Amino acid sequence: MRPLLVLLCLLAATPALADSTMPPAYWADRQLEDPRKEAQAQALMQEIRCLVCQGQSIADSDAEMAGDMRDLVRTRISQGEKPSEIRAWLVERYGPWVTYRPPSRPVTWPLWLAPLVLLAAGVVIARNRLKGRGRE
Amino acid sequence: MSGWTRFLPIALLALIVGALVWRLANPPDTTVQSALIGKPVPEFEAPPALPGKPPLSSAELADGKPKLVNIFASWCLPCIAEAPLLAELSRQGVPIVGIAVRDRPEDLARFLQEHGDPFERIAADPQSKIQLAFGSAGVPETFVVDGRGIIRMQHVGAIEPDDLPRLARAVEAAR
Repeated sequence: MRPLLVLLCLLAATPALADSTMPPAYWADRQLEDPRKEAQAQALMQEIRCLVCQGQSIADSDAEMAGDMRDLVRTRISQGEKPSEIRAWLVERYGPWVTYRPPSRPVTWPLWLAPLVLLAAGVVIARNRLKGRGRE
Repeated sequence: MSGWTRFLPIALLALIVGALVWRLANPPDTTVQSALIGKPVPEFEAPPALPGKPPLSSAELADGKPKLVNIFASWCLPCIAEAPLLAELSRQGVPIVGIAVRDRPEDLARFLQEHGDPFERIAADPQSKIQLAFGSAGVPETFVVDGRGIIRMQHVGAIEPDDLPRLARAVEAAR
């Protein structure tokens, strides 16, 4: 009986207060009227990392801060700012970490080269094996 | 496949497992640091957060006196924990200004009444705009800004008693 009671109490518990009581920002969950601009904003929001739920993009996240960042992106796009400018503004503040499109820097070169190296290795291995089989 | 190359796959596996175990034992630091350290504070102007409380703008952060800029909110529990420590810093003569994120005047007034008000000025930041401009990723965070309005240091998370000397020193050094 006792464990059941505890379990029931847990059901009634509210999660810790981690968000404000304010409504979401205006453009957080509202599309821009111009479909071309909305598409631009969407594409950018897919590539900006949510700061509080790291691993999600701000387009995917329900966090309040992600909503405020979507509002920022849509507001600036509607004012005619280019997505690359908004991305640069965020990178200036949070570092290249904030964008899911890593800029090409010496540190990231192995990342870009790895697929090519692996493909080349695969071709070499496949050729050697096929050659060996032909001789048998 | 002959000789030592036979063991190459198992060595590779050991390497990968080793890397995974190492990462599990040493989780990465997920603190988001602002990239604006050493740079001027972003320009902003904010409405007053409370009637009777002077508002804050970037101009006031370059008035010749180093300050602590505390990003906080009435709905943030760790902010309650650090309130007495901010009061202590204020008692030591450290000027403190606040940026209230996503807050209502009445909630803010109640918070300051209950937990103390060390703030000379408070900016209202209802849509986290100023917070994002600072490169801050949550509440509470505290920035040390020197007299010319250059960000000198960022403290992520609630201030703990151990942090007091470091913060006071940073403000002193920013003079």
